[in-house]
Amino acid sequence: MSDRITALLTRRRATLLVVAVVLCLPPFYLDAFWLRIGLFSMAAAIGAIGLALLSGTAGQLSLGHAFFLAVGAYGYTWLAGDPGPGLPTALAVPLAVLMAGLAGGLFSPVAGRVKGIYLGIATLALVFLGHHVLLTAESVTGGFNGRSVPPLSVGGFTFDADGELNVLGVPFGAEERLWFLGLALFALTWFTARGLLRSRPGRALAALRDSETAAAVMGVDVARHRSAAFVVSSMYAGLAGVLLALAFRRVVPDYFGLVLSVDYLAMIVIGGLGSVAGATAGAVFVTALPLLMTRYADQLPLVAAPGSTEGAVGPTEAARYLYGAAIVLVLLYAPDGLHGLVRRARDRLRRRRTPTTAPHTAVPSPPPPAAAARPKEHTP
Amino acid sequence: MTDLLDSLLGGLALGAVYALVALGFVVIFKASGVLNFAHGSLLLFGGYLIAVLHDDLGFAGALALAVVVTAALAGALDRFLLQRGGHDAHSAHVQTIVTIGVDIVLLTELARRIGGDLLTLGDPWGDAVTELGPLTIADSRLAAIAVSAVVITGVFALFRFTSWGLSLRAAAEDMEAAALMGVRLGRVRAGAWCVAGALAALAAVFLAAFPAPGLERTTGQIALNAFPAAILGGLASPTGALAGSLVIGLTEALVVGYQSELHVLGDGFGEVAPYAVMLLVLLVRPNGLFGARGAARV
Repeated sequence: MSDRITALLTRRRATLLVVAVVLCLPPFYLDAFWLRIGLFSMAAAIGAIGLALLSGTAGQLSLGHAFFLAVGAYGYTWLAGDPGPGLPTALAVPLAVLMAGLAGGLFSPVAGRVKGIYLGIATLALVFLGHHVLLTAESVTGGFNGRSVPPLSVGGFTFDADGELNVLGVPFGAEERLWFLGLALFALTWFTARGLLRSRPGRALAALRDSETAAAVMGVDVARHRSAAFVVSSMYAGLAGVLLALAFRRVVPDYFGLVLSVDYLAMIVIGGLGSVAGATAGAVFVTALPLLMTRYADQLPLVAAPGSTEGAVGPTEAARYLYGAAIVLVLLYAPDGLHGLVRRARDRLRRRRTPTTAPHTAVPSPPPPAAAARPKEHTP
Repeated sequence: MTDLLDSLLGGLALGAVYALVALGFVVIFKASGVLNFAHGSLLLFGGYLIAVLHDDLGFAGALALAVVVTAALAGALDRFLLQRGGHDAHSAHVQTIVTIGVDIVLLTELARRIGGDLLTLGDPWGDAVTELGPLTIADSRLAAIAVSAVVITGVFALFRFTSWGLSLRAAAEDMEAAALMGVRLGRVRAGAWCVAGALAALAAVFLAAFPAPGLERTTGQIALNAFPAAILGGLASPTGALAGSLVIGLTEALVVGYQSELHVLGDGFGEVAPYAVMLLVLLVRPNGLFGARGAARV
């Protein structure tokens, strides 16, 4: 028995190693366009994992993610820049993340009491008010035109295109360097989030999602856990915001609007609520798809070159159609998202590999979908 | 004083239009538990139809056709796309996201057709104004108040006195029990979506009428301001949607009217004031003004 566990552990570790090596390869082979897609996907994945913790685990719906991304992005820019305290950039990153967490904490009187879809709309208010502040507080945010973002430098190494840097014969510009930063931050997010889900507070949150009353009876402090989940989720969003700011090199208010929040919600639902891997898959789907489609849409039939004739379908529009249709189709055919799709496929494979010998020694049956495990909810 | 009355009357008209949109949100949420993100594009769709058709059919004909077609589109959307997902609470979340996908497709198409144009809807009020003592008010605003009052009364009568309304209220109370009593959830839901679609098309007329320059590709975004209106009142309460819309309309009009005094808050605060009000209300009443406090039973 213990042999099998060690075998499993080493296999796990081997898989992890292979994945890590594969993820380190792209900067050596792909050009900046692909690397940028990857960077945006990684940033989105960090934010989406944070939202998945909140929505999928604590059962809270948030449309305010764009606001916390903005706090992270602008927080970093302000802390490290001029006008601003001009702190060392390596210090500005954790401080910006803390700022996002603080913003989430300040919202906790609402986040701790307001539930479900109401919280979704209440957090919508943060996005609109935040956008207003970003436009108005020009001395800090630069107003409508935004601010340029100082590049991050850690211990003398700067994440931008300055200076010659060749690694294994490949010139490393800003995208290549940032790729590894993104990867490190993503790994940090992935492992802390998974650890959190399995920890005592993580279980408390899951209990809270399944039945608030039962959780309260078991001794879970409802309001405190809800607020805490909100704070943690905003900190992940802040980290994603910092990475996005570094990748964009300029922050503008209009990016952090309702559309961005809705995109994040779409990510976690497409990925499958409440799973870290699902949130990552959803983030890549939602981020990369429009970029790829805009790039390749002109090769589709019926699509005109940009700006050709009045009323023709241009590549940008074609990309939007396909993106919208993709959201609808994924959710129609896989209501439990990409995560559920993969899980079902894996179960089917496993069942085929182990022909049913005796029912009780066969593979454990897949856990029931979350919806079925939940008690019937009362419609308000 | 005249300024104040002016703002109040303007706010009332704005609130009346928001009420049409917010009532649509509430009817859909009550029937299906879905927050309809495609509502703005449905509204734009209705307005676009009127703009295209009013030359041939006249305003009344175009309006009637647009209301019917938008209602049919909303109903079909629910019946053929959303209802495939089922009726429980988890699938309501998923269906909410499906409406985002639908919104993206519909909005892209409409924005492509409208482009940078300002479309007129050919409404009969034009830029005529009426003098009410010291006040001057656009006829289109008076029409908005009157039409909204009539239509909303009609919708409330539908809730109260028809068998569809009874089924809807029963389904909102307890979906399972209603289904066991013979309520056809699918039809009741699709009916609710039709009502919401019709209301959205009607609201488009007043959002594009006189004080506004016309129908633009961004007109649908105004529907977003009805979000706080619906939440403020309590998402499942039609009366709440009415009250919330009036609060939001008045707030917006007052903030815009007294902008010079409120300069500390920055330019364009009127656009975000509804959200500030909503946050304050939710702090005191987490389920909205008229929302039922859900009793927890074990």
